[in-house]
Amino acid sequence: MPALLEISDLKIQARKDDGSAIEIVKGVSFNVEAGQVVALIGESGSGKTTISLAALAYSKPGLELAGGEVRLNGEDILQMEPLAVRDLRGRRVAYLAQSAAATFNPALKIGEQVTESSVLHGILTQEQADERAEALYRALELPNPDRMGGRYPHQVSGGQLQRLMAAMALCGKPDLLVLDEPTTALDVTTQIEVLKAFKKVIQEEGSAAIYVSHDLAVVAQIADYIVVLYGGEIMEQGPADQIINRPSHAYTRRLMATARPARAAEAKGEARGAHHKATPAIRVKDLTAGYGGIAGGEPAVTILRDVNVQVERGEAVGVIGESGCGKSTLARVVAGLLPAARGDVLLDGQALNPSVKGRRREELQKIQFVFQMADTALNPKQRLGNILGRPLAFYGNLRGKEKRLKVAELLRMVELPPEFAYRYPHELSGGQKQRVNLARALAAGPEVLLCDEVTSALDTIVGANVIELLKGLRENLGVSLVFISHDLSTVASFADKIVVLYAGRVVEQGPVERVLSPPYHPYTRLLITSVPEMRIGWLEESLATREAAAGIARDVKMTATGCPFYSRCPLAIDGLCDQETPPVREDTTGHQISCHHSLTQNDPVRGDRYAANGAAASI
Amino acid sequence: MWPMVLRRIGIGFVLIWVVSVLIFLVTQVLPGDAAEIRLGQAATPETLAALRKELGLDQPAVIQYAHWIGDLLTGDLGISAAGGATIASLIENRIGNTVFMTAVVTVVSIPLSILLGLLAAMYPGGLIDRAVTFSTLGLIAVPDFLIAIVLILVLAVQAGLVPAVSYLSGSESFWKKLSILALPIATLVIVVSAQMIRMTRAGVLNVMSSPYVEMAILKGVPRRRIILRHALLNAIGPIVNVIALNLAYLVSGVVVIETIFAYPGLAKLMVDGVQTRDMPIVQACGMIFCSTYVVLILIADIASIVSNPRLRHPK
Amino acid sequence: MTDESARVTPPPDLSENGIQPDRSFEELPDAPPKQGLKLSLVGKISVVVVAFWMVLACIGPFVAPYHEAHFIEENEEGEFYDDPSYLSPSSQVWLGTDFLGRDILSRIIWGARTTIGISLAATLLAYALGIIFGIAAAVAGGWADAVLSRLDDAILSFPSIMLGLIFVAAFGSSIPLLIVLAGVVYAASVYRIARAFGHEIIVQDFVEAARARGEGLWWIITREVLPNAAMPLATDFGLRLVFVILFISSLSFLGLGVQPPVSDWGSMVRENLQGLGNGLGGGALACLAPAFAIASLTIAINLIVDDVSAKAGGSLAKKMI
Repeated sequence: MPALLEISDLKIQARKDDGSAIEIVKGVSFNVEAGQVVALIGESGSGKTTISLAALAYSKPGLELAGGEVRLNGEDILQMEPLAVRDLRGRRVAYLAQSAAATFNPALKIGEQVTESSVLHGILTQEQADERAEALYRALELPNPDRMGGRYPHQVSGGQLQRLMAAMALCGKPDLLVLDEPTTALDVTTQIEVLKAFKKVIQEEGSAAIYVSHDLAVVAQIADYIVVLYGGEIMEQGPADQIINRPSHAYTRRLMATARPARAAEAKGEARGAHHKATPAIRVKDLTAGYGGIAGGEPAVTILRDVNVQVERGEAVGVIGESGCGKSTLARVVAGLLPAARGDVLLDGQALNPSVKGRRREELQKIQFVFQMADTALNPKQRLGNILGRPLAFYGNLRGKEKRLKVAELLRMVELPPEFAYRYPHELSGGQKQRVNLARALAAGPEVLLCDEVTSALDTIVGANVIELLKGLRENLGVSLVFISHDLSTVASFADKIVVLYAGRVVEQGPVERVLSPPYHPYTRLLITSVPEMRIGWLEESLATREAAAGIARDVKMTATGCPFYSRCPLAIDGLCDQETPPVREDTTGHQISCHHSLTQNDPVRGDRYAANGAAASI
Repeated sequence: MWPMVLRRIGIGFVLIWVVSVLIFLVTQVLPGDAAEIRLGQAATPETLAALRKELGLDQPAVIQYAHWIGDLLTGDLGISAAGGATIASLIENRIGNTVFMTAVVTVVSIPLSILLGLLAAMYPGGLIDRAVTFSTLGLIAVPDFLIAIVLILVLAVQAGLVPAVSYLSGSESFWKKLSILALPIATLVIVVSAQMIRMTRAGVLNVMSSPYVEMAILKGVPRRRIILRHALLNAIGPIVNVIALNLAYLVSGVVVIETIFAYPGLAKLMVDGVQTRDMPIVQACGMIFCSTYVVLILIADIASIVSNPRLRHPK
Repeated sequence: MTDESARVTPPPDLSENGIQPDRSFEELPDAPPKQGLKLSLVGKISVVVVAFWMVLACIGPFVAPYHEAHFIEENEEGEFYDDPSYLSPSSQVWLGTDFLGRDILSRIIWGARTTIGISLAATLLAYALGIIFGIAAAVAGGWADAVLSRLDDAILSFPSIMLGLIFVAAFGSSIPLLIVLAGVVYAASVYRIARAFGHEIIVQDFVEAARARGEGLWWIITREVLPNAAMPLATDFGLRLVFVILFISSLSFLGLGVQPPVSDWGSMVRENLQGLGNGLGGGALACLAPAFAIASLTIAINLIVDDVSAKAGGSLAKKMI
């Protein structure tokens, strides 16, 4: 019996403006058995999305088939008549896109969009489809499943939309699902919920799936079979267990090594002790900041509230939290791009003017900001020589040959050849641009580097290389680093200290090994347990211990009183946590937790966060 | 949503007020002494003083404005400097003609533009699309009067099908009127539609390249349903917006077209008024045209607010 | 999809034992082909047409057969015409004569200077005003932005032709007035676009980076914002020039623009309107030729702009409102 889907020697090419063709999928073959989840894993440019769309007999504009077959139940769907292709899509193969927010039609109700395909194909009547949709909403653990269909896409949250898209795909009971990076755009705490929901419904429905992702750890949780792609070719393929535990190809191994970097060396503790006596490089004191007009020390929209953070000389501080928690705002306030409403930023013990305009040049020089998107952070109309030369001229008054030599040195420092000085940013790859971005900050000769999500836009391996570079620079130049990220494992791999932000407040901070081990703030624990680990079966284990799961789906709220995590916290005490700001509890190492529970109380699974029984009992 | 709409309407009123102030300033205060201009060579100190008093020019500008706007609001548009006829009566004779012509143009051009725009957008790069895009691209850059004179030359002078001058006695039947007005109407339809077709096409194409239309394709939704249900519903707001904006262009078109065809409309009255520097006529006609324009822009604004599902169905 | 198609990744060179230098599998530079400005055939022809008129505007008076105000009275044999008006084209007057018996070709050549000169001057003025105020409003923000923007709204709430009519009624018509009038009227739309571009660019990270570095306003505007706004503004300049030419021509056509005896394409159409009734043989050309001169110029500019902006992403349609 043939496999459900057989892709053999698939070749797809892109047609350029001048008519020449580039092959971007170069003869790929693999099978999907009924009920099996096959993961296509690779970085950008690997052709994974293009291959997955071939299972729907679809190619994005500008791409064309150059050879090979895609057989669904033995029938080559690439040779089908348009009418047959239309019947295939939605009925036998369904698609889940990366961004549900863009994929849902803003003008139509969710119910209509979820049931549309199955009703059009005559699989279900409208009533049956509505019933099935509601059942799927329930299975996907969406709130108010009975009323969900009557809402518009903008009325539900991003994580919910992503799950609704699964309902849309599954409504017509397709044989095969194609999921294209369905959790990539989500926060880590939301991702695990969506992942769990996907896994559950795929198992219940018994449909086969192609799961496209760049994240091996995510794939490990859901896939039965993994295909590793690079540059439009298969590097290796095999059962998930084999790829995860015994990867044979160098590329897969490299991918594994960079995906989940080891935690920071434990031995750093002593070295850091010396720093504490000196004046901190940066001290953020009782800072409140936000957007809109400021009235009485309160901005119209408060993003950060009463934040206290310290960065010692030569120290690397990781700031972590989910999107919207205010971590980038913190960096912008420190850099003076966004003046604070209240509180101070101290550089070497001296209070800085809140705004860039009021700061002296030497002060500006000492704090340098590295932006997240190198693509937009580098002026596309300037050559790298000018981009790097400007801070040299501006702060160091370098001119002519001196400046050119320094530019070359900077490029060498970030491991780029000196002739790059004559290039424009668009002539560089993403990783190279990020290096230039870093070099520009270094050109000022700063004491503190503020790195805002500098690796999030990069592919895993490229990002890992940038991190390596940062580590080296820190050792050689002795700069302090503030490293902002949503990715706990990246931060943990080289920070000395971690600051956990939630809804604009610091909920926990301290030395990295303290923050990453009990006692935890309930939110930190949620974060830690949400980061997928690169092993099969982690998802199930983790779900069993996730006390916080009950409150996960709720929106993050910025509150002026009480604990910001109150609405999602499994340990919340009504009448206390929602009313009073929690006290900051501190131990001798500088580890601070802001919680009403005492340090022992709030860790019911102390030292044993995978033990299911203790966790369940404490809810 | 409704507070936003109300706000827009409020802004519309403010804009009309600003327009009235500017018109008053430019036509009455800045040029200097209207009495002197009117009397010209015949001015003597006595007659000047008398006329100034009569026109209220001896009073401060703010009072003059208050009088002027007050008269305007009560329908007293003043007396034509040239003929001495009341402007209200002059406008009354003309306004129907202009409204008739623009109404016919509107009724013809809107369905025509949407149809052609949709046809072009349905098969982008196809024969219809290329023909439509290329000809409209040319037409939007062509002066209105070129289209008019070519039509006159071909249809009226060479073929003799329709009259070259659109003179109305006032007693024609509807169809007779239409045939007399065939050329100006055709010219205006071409001028206004060219933009509308392009914008409709662009609006629909924009929606057609969105991820949700791609999703609909991947759900196996038939093409017709994609266009009519998924795309058009989202494009309708922009299209209404485009229509209102382009009807506003009619205001400019009408001025040129009425002059060419010597059509006794409001715009011709105003152009004649400008040539004879008959300020009361310029003021009154200017107010009518500018207010209409502001109202049309306002409709375009409101259309885009109302058609936004995020605003129509708040969280 | 573009990123996937733009990147060509060769198969990694793998040694059998799997020992890899650390930086293998690094992505290759995704250098997109440099966007050289390649025009289509139509675009190239349009460039020739525009260049032709621009050159003529400069050297017109030296190459025109007659002076713009010269009345043709006798033919090449020296015989006097009974009525030199609306003469048919001949070897003496290639495009015939106008209602007063002046050579149409010469007047078109002379008129190029007037029409293009006024329009170009007005558009440049509009750009100078619009960009200075627009970018300043975007960068400064606050009350300066609010005041300028409300003033801009007020000007834009007039149809441009109405502003033209009202101003001409008040101040009469002269070439400097026409330039200032068109300049101010169209500065309002340039302001809007410049401010929008400014806003778009000002939030870009590279401008933030310059701000964080402590750069002054002047540096940010001239080195960071303007170079990036140059291309879109250049295409917009073309469009705006088309609008200004049409505006000036319309005013002239209404008899409210350039005044006789100076030749100008718009007023030439008006002067010879009666000639249209004589048909192509006797006078229609006097009316059609200048109208076609305008159209050839404006269509050509429009086609170039369309060609350029199609290459630059084709978002022109949205900005044409």
